[in-house]
Amino acid sequence: MRVRVEVNGEQRVADDVWEGESLLYVLRERLGLPGSKNACEQGECGSCTVYLDDVAVCACLVAAGQAEGRRVRTIEGDGLEEVQQAFLETGAVQCGFCTPGLIVAAHDLLRRDPAPADPDIREALAGNLCRCTGYEKIMDAVRLAASRAKGRAACD
Amino acid sequence: MEFMRPTTLAEALAMKAATPEAVPIAGGTDVMVEINFDKRRPGALLDLSSVAELSAWDLRDDGTRIGAALPYARVIAEVGERAPGLAAAARTVGSPQIRNRGSVGGNLGSASPAGDAHPPLLADGSTVEIASVRGTRTVPAREFFTGPKKSVLEPDELVTAVLVPAPRGPQQFAKVGTRNAMVIAVCSFAVALDTEALTVGTGIGSAGPTPLRAVEAERFAAGLDWDADLPESAARRFGDLVAQAARPIDDVRGTAAYRRHALGVLARRTLTWAWAEYRRSGCA
Ligand SMILES: Cc1cc2nc3c(=O)[nH]c(=O)nc-3n(C[C@H](O)[C@H](O)[C@H](O)COP(=O)(O)OP(=O)(O)OC[C@H]3O[C@@H](n4cnc5c(N)ncnc54)[C@H](O)[C@@H]3O)c2cc1C
Ligand code: FES
Ligand code: FES
Repeated sequence: MRVRVEVNGEQRVADDVWEGESLLYVLRERLGLPGSKNACEQGECGSCTVYLDDVAVCACLVAAGQAEGRRVRTIEGDGLEEVQQAFLETGAVQCGFCTPGLIVAAHDLLRRDPAPADPDIREALAGNLCRCTGYEKIMDAVRLAASRAKGRAACD
Repeated sequence: MEFMRPTTLAEALAMKAATPEAVPIAGGTDVMVEINFDKRRPGALLDLSSVAELSAWDLRDDGTRIGAALPYARVIAEVGERAPGLAAAARTVGSPQIRNRGSVGGNLGSASPAGDAHPPLLADGSTVEIASVRGTRTVPAREFFTGPKKSVLEPDELVTAVLVPAPRGPQQFAKVGTRNAMVIAVCSFAVALDTEALTVGTGIGSAGPTPLRAVEAERFAAGLDWDADLPESAARRFGDLVAQAARPIDDVRGTAAYRRHALGVLARRTLTWAWAEYRRSGCA
């Protein structure tokens, strides 16, 4: 089947999509966007997290056809740079496999709650697994991104 | 495989009637796992995510009608106060990503004995609204499940909503798992106080072939002195009766004996919390 979907602000068309295929597969294998990672394909690791119509979801659990006519934003899209930068600066990226999903999940948290307490950060990132960092640097990254956003708000 | 995308409920029901073997997909958090792992190769998928009626909720005289495909995140945010037991259970489901997609209708569709939405629906006397081209019927949640992963749903039917009665007292949900997030329940328990009828509803999860009620525990609780604090002995007796009502098995998540023990503890605690809340609110 054919799937039309807006990805990172661009109208895209994927052809010959198998009806049981996931949005993750379409992004990575048909649209040339390998940023979202494929690790578990069962919603457990969060490395495939993307925005679907502004809602953070596991792309591996969205059927390709369910994305028809909708908007997707991946790690390749705009607006995530600040969180990305915070991850780089705090050493929250080691092998980097979990990073794209974590950045979307952290971004999603910060737009809902610009000053999250530590338990809220942990809760918001509970669906994202990292096998390298031990999570402490990731906590630092989210705190840094939050403090920068706060600093900017204070200067405005 | 065929991919069907109805945009109205009437269209969805017509498609389900014409192709009863089509597998509905709402949030996909169960269906896609099965497809990704080749455990299921349906001839057709019936996508419910574009049927607006199924992702809405509205107020009724006697409670709240929650559309089958309304994701947990919206159940929590939008109807949390009208369905406190269900919302408490929804908060424990998976992760934010899973709660953004997964739905009560999907939980009922899977009919897993471990489904977290089920115990609160049993405890508060909710009903399941089911529709087909033949018409609409309602089934008490307490009668919806017929066996492990089995329910009263006919091949041409869809779950359209759950009808959650307006809460008439405190409700609680508690679940045992190996960590605080992303766990299938080892066992779970929901309790709902009806401070007008002076009754207590119960729901046991993940400790039997279907979600269960603890009928003896409910009978015992109805006989309590509703003008007094809950004696510890009564909380303990309630817990014991709930444990006795369970029909657990040994599996990878826990032994039957552990489940029975843990359920007794959950039941004692949740009744104690709910009772304290009831006494504090002074609605005696
Ligand atoms: C990582 C992860 C963690 C999870 N954690 C939990 C948890 O903590 N607790 C828990 O209870 N569950 C959990 N689940 C399971 C799942 O998220 C829930 O069962 C959820 O409620 C399914 O909803 P859905 O909309 O995604 O269903 P789908 O996957 O779309 O559908 C599930 C089943 O129901 C059928 N169906 C869907 N909608 C309808 C309808 N309206 N009428 C008739 N049939 C229908 C489908 O055909 C399918 O058989 C988890 C899943 C994952 C991947
Ligand atoms: S690949 Fe989607 S959650 Fe792991
Ligand atoms: S950095 Fe390697 S998995 Fe997180």
